[in-house]
Amino acid sequence: MSASETPAGPATFEFTADNLALAQRIIAKYPEGRQASAVMPLLDLAQRQHDNWLPRAAMDYVAGMLGMAPIRVYEVASFYTMYNLKPVGKHFVQVCTTTPCWLRGSDEVLAACKRKLGIGPGETTADGQFTVVEVECAGACVNAPVIALNDIYYEDLDGPSTEALLDTLIRGETPKPGPQNGRINSAPIGGPTTLIEMAQRNGVKPASQE
Amino acid sequence: MPKLTIDGIELEVAPGTSVLQACEQLGIEVPRFCYHEKLSVPANCRMCLVEMEKAPKPIASCAMPCGEGMVIKTDTETVHKARKGVMEFLLINHPLDCPICDQGGECDLQDQAVGYGFDRGRYGEEKRAVKDKNLGPLIKTIMTRCIHCTRCIRFSDEIAGVSVMGATGRGEHMEIGTYVEAAVSSELSGNLVDVCPVGALTSKPYAYTARPWELRKTESVDVLDAVGSNIRIDTRGGEVLRILPRLNEAVNEEWISDKTRYAHDGLKRQRLDRPYIRENGKLRAASWEEALALTASKLKGAAPEKIAAIAGDLADAESLLALKDLLGGMGVASLESRQDGSAIDAADRAGYIFNSTIAGIEQADQILLIGTNPRWEGSLVNARIRKRYLQGGLTVTVLGPRVDLTFPIEHLGNDATLLNAIADGSHPYAETLKAAKKPLLILGSGALARPDGAAVWAAARAVAEACGLVREDWNGFNVLHRAASRVGALDLGFLPAKGGRDLAGILDGARKGEVEVVYLLGADEIDAQNFGRAFVIYQGHHGDRGAHRADVILPGAAYTEKNATYVNTEGRAQHTRQATFPVGEAREDWKIVRALSGALGKPLPYDTLQQLRKRLADANPVFAQIDRATPAAWGAFGTAGAVAAAPFTLPVENFYMTDAISRASATMAECTEAFVSPAVAERTGTHG
Repeated sequence: MSASETPAGPATFEFTADNLALAQRIIAKYPEGRQASAVMPLLDLAQRQHDNWLPRAAMDYVAGMLGMAPIRVYEVASFYTMYNLKPVGKHFVQVCTTTPCWLRGSDEVLAACKRKLGIGPGETTADGQFTVVEVECAGACVNAPVIALNDIYYEDLDGPSTEALLDTLIRGETPKPGPQNGRINSAPIGGPTTLIEMAQRNGVKPASQE
Repeated sequence: MPKLTIDGIELEVAPGTSVLQACEQLGIEVPRFCYHEKLSVPANCRMCLVEMEKAPKPIASCAMPCGEGMVIKTDTETVHKARKGVMEFLLINHPLDCPICDQGGECDLQDQAVGYGFDRGRYGEEKRAVKDKNLGPLIKTIMTRCIHCTRCIRFSDEIAGVSVMGATGRGEHMEIGTYVEAAVSSELSGNLVDVCPVGALTSKPYAYTARPWELRKTESVDVLDAVGSNIRIDTRGGEVLRILPRLNEAVNEEWISDKTRYAHDGLKRQRLDRPYIRENGKLRAASWEEALALTASKLKGAAPEKIAAIAGDLADAESLLALKDLLGGMGVASLESRQDGSAIDAADRAGYIFNSTIAGIEQADQILLIGTNPRWEGSLVNARIRKRYLQGGLTVTVLGPRVDLTFPIEHLGNDATLLNAIADGSHPYAETLKAAKKPLLILGSGALARPDGAAVWAAARAVAEACGLVREDWNGFNVLHRAASRVGALDLGFLPAKGGRDLAGILDGARKGEVEVVYLLGADEIDAQNFGRAFVIYQGHHGDRGAHRADVILPGAAYTEKNATYVNTEGRAQHTRQATFPVGEAREDWKIVRALSGALGKPLPYDTLQQLRKRLADANPVFAQIDRATPAAWGAFGTAGAVAAAPFTLPVENFYMTDAISRASATMAECTEAFVSPAVAERTGTHG
């Protein structure tokens, strides 16, 4: 990985006043002389401020703020896949394709993205609205397959529900987070099968007992 | 003191010794790539695996400290299998380009693959390729060969002190480089080539030049600064092809500066390969007989007080003594070896050497740098200070221009009169110095070349005496010289004798016609146009400033071409050894002086190097103590006087070009272009 493979980005970067205050609070969490430990949260903050990607100016800015050699920051930023070193779309569609999601049909989800947006993993739509990437385990296997869209999880997807999800986004609306198949959180599909009395007390309909 | 058993041999080691180091003490070879004695231990190559009893799997011996009762086996089936496995993985992405690789023949990977590699690969997939990086004019990269040992990252971080190398990306996509394309701007960058165990980082000027087994290796000493780094000169067919460091813990450890390593191509250019005589304003080739006869007649024809000699920065002790014996015998008093106009003299040896020694820096806890940039005036001295800084508990204070020394400094200011204030205790820093356990000051050679140099020298002595830098067991007064010849010349008293002229006097006398003959022994740092109508004899090896003005040129030998003695800034006498013959008709310098003495009819009483060395040892016993830094007794030196309030200026403007050899070097010119010119342009605002 080298800088020549990424866009130059802006010449300078600075935290907004709010983010600067937040950055100082983050730095204060670490003991004196160990400020470099704050590099990851600060990079995250910078990425959030800068349309979800890290230009070199931002990494240099963080390096300067923490008294680190810039290369040490580049190492961290290029190691972790969740730091984007290239611009991404407004909607950053992270499709989990690790085994549980894959077994539950993540191929369908990716195919739906391709149908709807015309882009495959690692690509961005021409209008800059969507970027689709494959990610390793998003940590929501119980609701596989999942998409992490920016910070929000959309779970229990299949082809049609993915298309519906993307349609909602294209219309400029915010889809309902969580399971897309009517499931409540990660409870069993169709309703709870245990602790039925408690579920009923809480007004949840248990799974039908056939 | 843990006791352990290695391969059935019981031994006791110092606490903190790693298993690998213990194995080395027994002479058991453990293969390794990432481990390097002078660098931190990352244990990431896994090549040094050994078996430890009661451990469930092989251990990385470089990172495992010896423990009481450990039983280590280094030569078992398991160990071999483990190492072979590691080697197979290392070779997965390593190209099979040894036949065209510059590291071939001296490659750790190649050598160890002979012991632990398979004769065929089992890996049928595509190998990965990595883009080469541009690290500047000195280091060539072929990054596909990199095995990710991270030695280069650790070297630049820890020793060179410029954190520019790093590992970006992860897993299969991990790459070593600078991320942002940039030359490694460090005066020690050439050592990256040495630490790289494979052919990923190789020497750019040496690329595709020779194979290591074709080279004749000569152990010698560097003279391009006053550190006296120990080097190995690799030659083939009378040509110096490369210079490598030689381990000497007391001087340069195992590093050398880029100038030491890469300036040798200057030995092939601008050389004086035959005697020349100026006729009608033009130099013409001449024979030795002619040139010596002319020189002798001019020396004979002038009264001794009208003759002067100036020795240059690269002059060896043998020729200095021979010239002093010759001219001194004729009654010439105007001998000068301080081309920079330094006020230093031979009054007291402790006053002009680096008393604490370079290794002694590691004991210091407070260092005061006076008017010096050790990074450029003695790179390995700076590297040693940085080493000490990394151990913790060291404060470096700078009195003089503020420069980036690769470690944090406290800046007192740049007012020379502060020296007096520290000496008389009115400056608070005096208390800091007094409170330090092993305080040390380093006085730059540039500070002594000021018009008030003698007063600065005396003021520095006063600081040393007032603040407890000089004690029974510790002498923290140090002068950092730049010229390899300087301490040797002072030891031999190559200085104006009673009634003799110093540098300013000689130049003045030449302008006024009071000095008629000037003998330059490789003196190139003075403006030779100042010699007025004097007859200038130049003895040296490069057609540099001195030769341009010369009326007769006696071609001498460069440091790689003669067996000579140089005394480094610590006062350590060391021998260079002849690696190649002098070019053309050039001769070793002392022999030229000896021949001249014959032509003058006053032959010097030595015909062999042994006799001359005996005479050297008689002249000053330090020359009998080769490779040792002899402590000097503290005495009086300097002239108490008013120190001018003028700020200190740094004497070295361009690290890469400081003498006739490096000025003739194309590689050094490239370095100047890459590293010095941009910085100057930025400072003066003339870039873009």
